[in-house]
Amino acid sequence: MSQTERTYSDPDINMETEAYWESAKKGKLIVKTCKACGKLHYYPRTLCPHCLNSDTDWVEVSGKGTIYTYSVMRRTETPYVIAYVTLEEGVTMLSNIVECDVDGVAVGQAVEVVFRDTEGGYSLPVFRPA
Amino acid sequence: MARPTKAYIAGVYEHPTRKAVDKTIPQLHAELAAGALADAGLTKEDVDGFFCDGTAPGLGGISMAEYIGLDLKYTDCTETGGSSYIVHVGHAAQAIADGKCNVALISLAGRPRAEGLKTLGARTYGGPPEAGFEMPYGPAVVNTYAMAAMRHMHEFGTTSEQLAWIKVAASHHAQHNEHAVLRDVVTVEDVVNSPMIADPLHRLDCCVISDGGGALVMVSPEIAKSLGDRSVKVLGQGEAIKHLNAGQVNLTYTAGVTSGRIAFEEANLTPADMDYASIYDSFTITVLITLEDLGFCVRGEGGKFVSDGNLISGVGKLPFNTDGGGLCNNHPSNRGSMTKVIEAVRQLRSEAHPAVQVPDCTLALAHGTGGQIGTRSGSATVILGRNDA
Repeated sequence: MSQTERTYSDPDINMETEAYWESAKKGKLIVKTCKACGKLHYYPRTLCPHCLNSDTDWVEVSGKGTIYTYSVMRRTETPYVIAYVTLEEGVTMLSNIVECDVDGVAVGQAVEVVFRDTEGGYSLPVFRPA
Repeated sequence: MARPTKAYIAGVYEHPTRKAVDKTIPQLHAELAAGALADAGLTKEDVDGFFCDGTAPGLGGISMAEYIGLDLKYTDCTETGGSSYIVHVGHAAQAIADGKCNVALISLAGRPRAEGLKTLGARTYGGPPEAGFEMPYGPAVVNTYAMAAMRHMHEFGTTSEQLAWIKVAASHHAQHNEHAVLRDVVTVEDVVNSPMIADPLHRLDCCVISDGGGALVMVSPEIAKSLGDRSVKVLGQGEAIKHLNAGQVNLTYTAGVTSGRIAFEEANLTPADMDYASIYDSFTITVLITLEDLGFCVRGEGGKFVSDGNLISGVGKLPFNTDGGGLCNNHPSNRGSMTKVIEAVRQLRSEAHPAVQVPDCTLALAHGTGGQIGTRSGSATVILGRNDA
């Protein structure tokens, strides 16, 4: 059963991360890959945190993943699920789990990305049970 | 063989306040300085090194030096959250060994309770680059630690009842501390039946919020000798940080793995040598993971290790946090490692409450965790020895 969702604050955006948020507005989740070492990283940086090469580029990911861990925040007006989601492509990102029974979430559960509007009109990637 | 002792802790002071509505933060720092110096048998004029965290009012330690009236030739304001003060102990020991200063004052003060600070909202420091990818999701302090607990339960079968034993042990100790915020002895059932805050952490899995602070005075071996036999040896210290590693996330351990190894190596000692341990206890899970990190038990066995009163002084094998810790006694300014060092020093001086004093306590450990183990954090470990150790 879906719960009422909390409102989402705007992300702090800068010139390094603008493309990520513009892409999210179009319903696409992108992460950074490094052309030098070939590895993905998250959160996105201009210089690769694996090898410090500046030849990084954006790549769209499937938006499918599994829950690495989660917690249900209870002491708020609207309980919500915070989670780390490991994407199929291998990087793990902090997010929320939505469109779910907060008492039915589990580690290892398959999830897929959906997007939510933030207070200021940005688009935030969150995940729902797949 | 252990290296020669670089420095001693000669004075400690834990501020008795837990709600400082009538005191400013600089005033708390000055009261702490006076308390720790009196305990050491030294005066303000003896201090030539000052260590504080990034929350001390003013630019680094400069404003506090002026307010307290210190004439300094060495200062260090390394900021690693709640573990800062054990980092400072290591840095002060090295500075003293290098002859950069002879008497170092380390101070922590804050008044989150008087200022009405709630910890449900996460704090960010200086617009960090990860903020955009975290803050919209509602990370608080408690739910990020909760995610570490949830993963530990998933991988190792750790239970809420096992975590509860950590609070139970702390409460057994806090009943003897007249300054403790929570002095009632609680049971495993009390903990697991307290309201759920962020699954799987209940209210009683969380530490208290309190004001006040603490201070340490560290001195050279020569000065320690002149002050009698109450000074405690700094035998080894280590520090390290851990983060989300570009998206390769593992929340089942902390940088305590590294800080502990370095500290034990420097002291040429092992966890089995420790008579007492002060373990930062922002939440019960913090203690459980730290005990595994430091090698008191193997990875995944923390739940079994803490059960059945094993952390209770006089009952278990590893007496911990005999002041009641952050879980029951005091968590000044939401930063716990200062009080961890102070109680370890009390134990080594046989000045802990008689009901919780470890007999013939010769070697002790204090460990701090700063930041959040569910995101990024700094760990620091110090091994201390009695004057004759």
